[in-house]
Amino acid sequence: MSYILLRHRDIPDLNKFNVYKKNGGLAAFKNAVTKMKPTEVTDVVKNSGLRGRGGAGFPTGMKWSFIDNKNWPHYVVANADESEPGTFKDREIMESNPFQFLEGLALASYAVGATVAYVYLRGEFWELAAFLDEKIAEMENAGYLGDKLFGTEYSLKIYTHLGAGAYICGEETALLESLEGKRGQPRVRPPFPPSFGLYGKPTIINNVETFTNVPMILANGAEWYKAIGTQDSPGVKIFSLSGRVRKPGNYELPFGTTFRQLIYEHAGGVQEGRPVKAIMPAGASSSLIVVDDKVLDTPMDYASVRTVGAELGSASIIVLDDTVNIQWVVNKTVHFFKHESCGKCTPCREGTYWMQNITHRLNDGHASTGDVDLLLNVAKQMQGKCLCALGDFATTAVTTGIERFPQDFKKAVKA
Amino acid sequence: MTKQVTLSINGINVTAPDGTNVVDAAKMAGIDIPVFCHHPKLAPVGMCRMCLVEVGRPVIDRATGQVVMENGQPKIQFMPKLETACTNTVSEGMVVLTTTDKADAGQKSTVEFLLTSHPLDCPICDKGGECPLQNLTMAHGPGKSRFIYDEKLRLDKLVPLGELIWLDRERCIQCARCIRFQDEVVGESVLGFDERGRSTQIVSLSDPGFDSVFSGNTTDICPVGALTTTDFRFAARPWELQAQASVCTQCPVGCNTTINTRREVKAGGDIVVKRIMPRQNEEVNEIWLCDKGRFAYHYVESKKRLTKPLIRKDDKLTRASWDAATKFAAENFSKAKKDFVVLASGRLANEDLFNLKSLADHAGGTAIMYSDMGGGDVTALVGVGQGTNIGKMGSGDAILVVASDMYQEAPIWWLRVKQAADRGATLIVANPRSTKMDRFAKHIIRYAYGDEIKTVNDLSKKGKIADEFAKAKNAIIFYGNEGLGLNGSTGLASACATLLKETEHIGKPNNGLIGVWGRANDQGAWEVGFRPEPDLEQALKGKAVYIVGADPVGDSPALAKALKGAKFVAVQDILETATTEIADVVFAAQAFTEREGTYTSGERRVQRFYAAVPVKGDTKPDFVITSILGRQMGVILEGSSVSVVFDILANSLDAFTDLSYEKLAEVHDQWPIVGRGDMYYGGTTYENMKGLGVQLAPTAQTGATVRIPKVRKEAALRPKEKELLAVPVNKLYDRGVTVNPAQLLHQRIGEATVTLHPTAAKKLGVVEGALVKISFDGVSSEGVVKLDDTISTSVALVPRSMGIAIREPVAASVVQLGKVK
Amino acid sequence: MSLEKIYPKEVKQILSKYPPEGKRSAVMPLLFLAQREEGYINKAAMQDIANILDITETDVAAVVGFYTLYHEKKAGKYYMQICTDLPCALRGADEFMNSLCGNLGIKVGETTPDGTITLEAVTCLAACDKAPMFQTQGPDGIKYHENMTVDRTMELINTLKHADKEIK
Ligand SMILES: Cc1cc2nc3c(=O)[nH]c(=O)nc-3n(C[C@H](O)[C@H](O)[C@H](O)COP(=O)(O)O)c2cc1C
Ligand code: SF4
Ligand code: FES
Repeated sequence: MSYILLRHRDIPDLNKFNVYKKNGGLAAFKNAVTKMKPTEVTDVVKNSGLRGRGGAGFPTGMKWSFIDNKNWPHYVVANADESEPGTFKDREIMESNPFQFLEGLALASYAVGATVAYVYLRGEFWELAAFLDEKIAEMENAGYLGDKLFGTEYSLKIYTHLGAGAYICGEETALLESLEGKRGQPRVRPPFPPSFGLYGKPTIINNVETFTNVPMILANGAEWYKAIGTQDSPGVKIFSLSGRVRKPGNYELPFGTTFRQLIYEHAGGVQEGRPVKAIMPAGASSSLIVVDDKVLDTPMDYASVRTVGAELGSASIIVLDDTVNIQWVVNKTVHFFKHESCGKCTPCREGTYWMQNITHRLNDGHASTGDVDLLLNVAKQMQGKCLCALGDFATTAVTTGIERFPQDFKKAVKA
Repeated sequence: MTKQVTLSINGINVTAPDGTNVVDAAKMAGIDIPVFCHHPKLAPVGMCRMCLVEVGRPVIDRATGQVVMENGQPKIQFMPKLETACTNTVSEGMVVLTTTDKADAGQKSTVEFLLTSHPLDCPICDKGGECPLQNLTMAHGPGKSRFIYDEKLRLDKLVPLGELIWLDRERCIQCARCIRFQDEVVGESVLGFDERGRSTQIVSLSDPGFDSVFSGNTTDICPVGALTTTDFRFAARPWELQAQASVCTQCPVGCNTTINTRREVKAGGDIVVKRIMPRQNEEVNEIWLCDKGRFAYHYVESKKRLTKPLIRKDDKLTRASWDAATKFAAENFSKAKKDFVVLASGRLANEDLFNLKSLADHAGGTAIMYSDMGGGDVTALVGVGQGTNIGKMGSGDAILVVASDMYQEAPIWWLRVKQAADRGATLIVANPRSTKMDRFAKHIIRYAYGDEIKTVNDLSKKGKIADEFAKAKNAIIFYGNEGLGLNGSTGLASACATLLKETEHIGKPNNGLIGVWGRANDQGAWEVGFRPEPDLEQALKGKAVYIVGADPVGDSPALAKALKGAKFVAVQDILETATTEIADVVFAAQAFTEREGTYTSGERRVQRFYAAVPVKGDTKPDFVITSILGRQMGVILEGSSVSVVFDILANSLDAFTDLSYEKLAEVHDQWPIVGRGDMYYGGTTYENMKGLGVQLAPTAQTGATVRIPKVRKEAALRPKEKELLAVPVNKLYDRGVTVNPAQLLHQRIGEATVTLHPTAAKKLGVVEGALVKISFDGVSSEGVVKLDDTISTSVALVPRSMGIAIREPVAASVVQLGKVK
Repeated sequence: MSLEKIYPKEVKQILSKYPPEGKRSAVMPLLFLAQREEGYINKAAMQDIANILDITETDVAAVVGFYTLYHEKKAGKYYMQICTDLPCALRGADEFMNSLCGNLGIKVGETTPDGTITLEAVTCLAACDKAPMFQTQGPDGIKYHENMTVDRTMELINTLKHADKEIK
């Protein structure tokens, strides 16, 4: 099967405007603007069953249809913050297949009536932003962006905007705050961005990968797309595979591919042929899955992964082999979330700090007997109490780690 | 009317306006939900997570749109997680549970989290005793700590955000109330968070630090001891304090205050004022106070306090008995007959001024108001209608501010007008230079000094701004005396009144004219019949003068000269001043903290203040001194009790009919409910239990005909070509006798300045920061040059009460004296 | 010196991205611009940006403080920010960091005596499959260096040391 998202792996130089165009690029956008009503674009996306690739898996077409048409102007924002440890798919798309992403962004903008769209990139993607600026300029020069496109009344501008080092800015409302020039702290919701977003205006935010699906869906139709993947999760997904595998990297596969297929058929298995001890399917914010044959044969789609006690999230699969100590893993994730907590909510701000004190004690061998229970207790006490999901993310590896791998923690206390 | 919604909180049915959040709705029903970040005057942010409760809503059948019933009751679906009550708004049939085990555990966990990084230094914390965190820890906190104390984050404990407010970084719980207050309420974003996560800290980068005249309010709403004032820091424990209701004497807003006092060893066992706190009056100051009102009170305890009557003997003021002093003055005043002049200011209470006016009338003398601003008779005609509340003005209403730098002159009005503009009121600012009000104005009118009246007259002609003003549902005009003397401001008042009358914005609540006076009770002085005098020098020369609550000698060399030529001078004040120094007799009066009485605010609200500290030395209240003096002159004036004087006053003045001293002490319920035991909700602001005051109805509201005095003269001098015109402007922190003694404010008072346009400065050969001599009216003074490129090149701005005697616009010359400081 | 004077074209271009009511959005790009000058943002720069955007200096400082890519103090000419987050650590990032520290004779957070490199450990940089990796943040912006070895890193440091011409 040929690639749908990582098409540059099939077509060399796809990040050159002419190559993209020659391979059918931008036809979907031109067709939509000149021949389709905005709502028709939304309907196709809705019918395709496309779900957001940023983590929550929310139906994309439905989100677009929530846009508040009583309040103008509208904005579309691409979430290119890609900061979840273990996630590196959006970067490959933007580096190697940028036009397909930009075309998807343009289609979304047309669908919801936005005349300005922003790409919010994490600050570290400094070179990538400059690269995208060139690509946007090429599109503009070729008449695919700018005023009165293709002789219609529709105009569109796309701008890049760099963050400056803050994981929380991947959360959509924190991203908006950051884009507005403020500290990137999440907003109270409701109101949700489709009614109150950037500058208080209706705004659609999607992940880079989500947008990148859209041109292909419009080109080939909703039914074509729905036929790929599973009923619950149609289409393809890019799995960012990292950790102790032989060939880490991005793998574009249909939803429903099993963990085993991904790790053993595609990534050449585990380093040194060791057994898989645990999998974190959604990066650092993931639950730790105890791996056995049943787990390895679990299809990777939103619903199935839930049956083995985790969320698929952004599908950043971190593979841990039997040499890895889970207590050490938890220390790493806690360190990450402590560093990235924005500080707005008490449980997250104080809880991550407190948890880090305890995991450091455990990691350094200074822990006392009650510390594992205390850690579990503090983590649980944080759960369900914060404004955004980061507060919960910070606890998932902790609670599932302690509960599912108790022996690794017992060792830490004795030592 | 907003729709009313009925919900159930802890089984109690509560009805609240649609859009109310659950914390506020509960409060209305007498149920307290613990909060830290939520404050009824701020937009909810849901960040502290203290207000966690269980929230359920009736299940609606998708098909029928009807509420699903279960056992005869609506079926309630509870949210799986605890919800923050502050960010959830009420809805019909909602069920809220705030004290279940689940909710309790949630609240407890938040307190525990907060305490993990709190220093727990309550024994040395100024907030101890009135600290929301302390109180909520007792009510909801965990019994013991599971956090290892040594792992607490150490942060700076002595951080001056400016010279008035200190920050203790360890105590801060990152609720952002202070930041949000400055940002949302005040619109001066001078506080912010630095860093993030657990390292989040409050910073202020402004110059001077925490550059806002509302800074003290943040210490009231800070739910911990992180923010404290330099004034009260380490000064006393809250539980040792007594509280007495008072009214601020610093400007015409009339903010309601509470004076906290304590007996103190340092003061020789005397009871002294420890701090001034806001007292709620939603129609006046809500729950706020400006820093001048909060910190300037120190003048009442100045070393220069007069404590006994004095008589000049052998050219020296020496102690005398009240009898001898008053008799001495009485003889001279009686002898003077119609040359007897009473010169009094709006620093005095209504009762004082009433007795003084009566004395002048009965003795055949004249009563002169010590003021450079006119129009108090016009505000009595077309002043704002009874029931006025700027806090209720908004969309569809208009407010015009003319010739006033309100941020400097009446900060809380500035705040309330700014908020009215936030709510959608059309704010029109007409001033010759930019002020801090401009940012919130829909229309800014810039005129040249001297064009005040023309500017207002133009607003009665056709035009976009004029139409908007005319069509406004309600409209208020604030006028001041920036760049104007007595004549100019008198004319301006009439012009404003005419505009209001023509556009039918009089005789109703939230409509009419307000004078931005220089003193707290200037309006009261006008009400009892005092009038300023255009040629004060002439009026004093050769007369027997009774000066009360004023320092003409200190203010002006010209007046000093005039008084040197007076027949006799008696001065009544609370402090030694340049004027008491030339007096033949001095009467020592009581400060407002030591007695009771009433003031009339610029909105013509009559409000009572109460005695908070014992009388100093052998002093008496002004109205009593006047009564004693009167008796010596054969004039009988009430002098036994303020309330009797007030009731006589009310009987003899039309505007005060129906008023009684008791009526002024009445209160009614106010929203939000503050100042009760739950300080975590509203802050440490005091509840009002001693009177909300009564607003006087203007003539226009009584049905009587309104005849606005004609504008006789041109408003003011206009700058002429090749001439430099010195114009007076007003400054909040000035060197007036009721501000200067407050050491704390000296950095903000600064020095006398002369502000010039850079081009003008260049032409005059003076540079920024240089010391210059400015001369007019035959008198020279010194000041430091400041530059401002938003003003005209032909004027020099001279702040009043800063050492350069300026009463009205006047041609001046400026020469550089020294080097740049 | 004001940014508008040094980089008139860039400032104008940045401001043109945002609607007038969203002018404040320019604060982050302007901070990056200001940081080009000396590698950190001083108080004067914050004041300057505040003036350009009609916000307060405190507002600007609050933004600077929140994000890790803005620096408030002078450090090495280049920040070498090594990802030691979980996925990279699973592929030897911690060991890489340790040997680098040994080679440079400095600890994490410190700057080489010649002022070229400040070594930092950072969280995930979205290059988890190419560990060990780091980014350099310097006068010429931010660059990724992936699948690195200690030897190649030392070579890079050597080049950076001698690259005295700043590439803008
Ligand atoms: C703490 C946190 C971090 C997040 N980081 C990212 C991110 O880096 N990239 C992203 O696309 N979505 C991220 N999300 C999800 C976004 O909030 C949002 O759901 C997403 O951008 C929506 O796009 P989608 O519907 O296309 O998935 C994050 C969410 C949270 C709570
Ligand atoms: S200083 Fe006080 S008001 Fe401000 S954030 Fe800290 S605790 Fe809240
Ligand atoms: S979250 Fe509701 S009061 Fe703070």
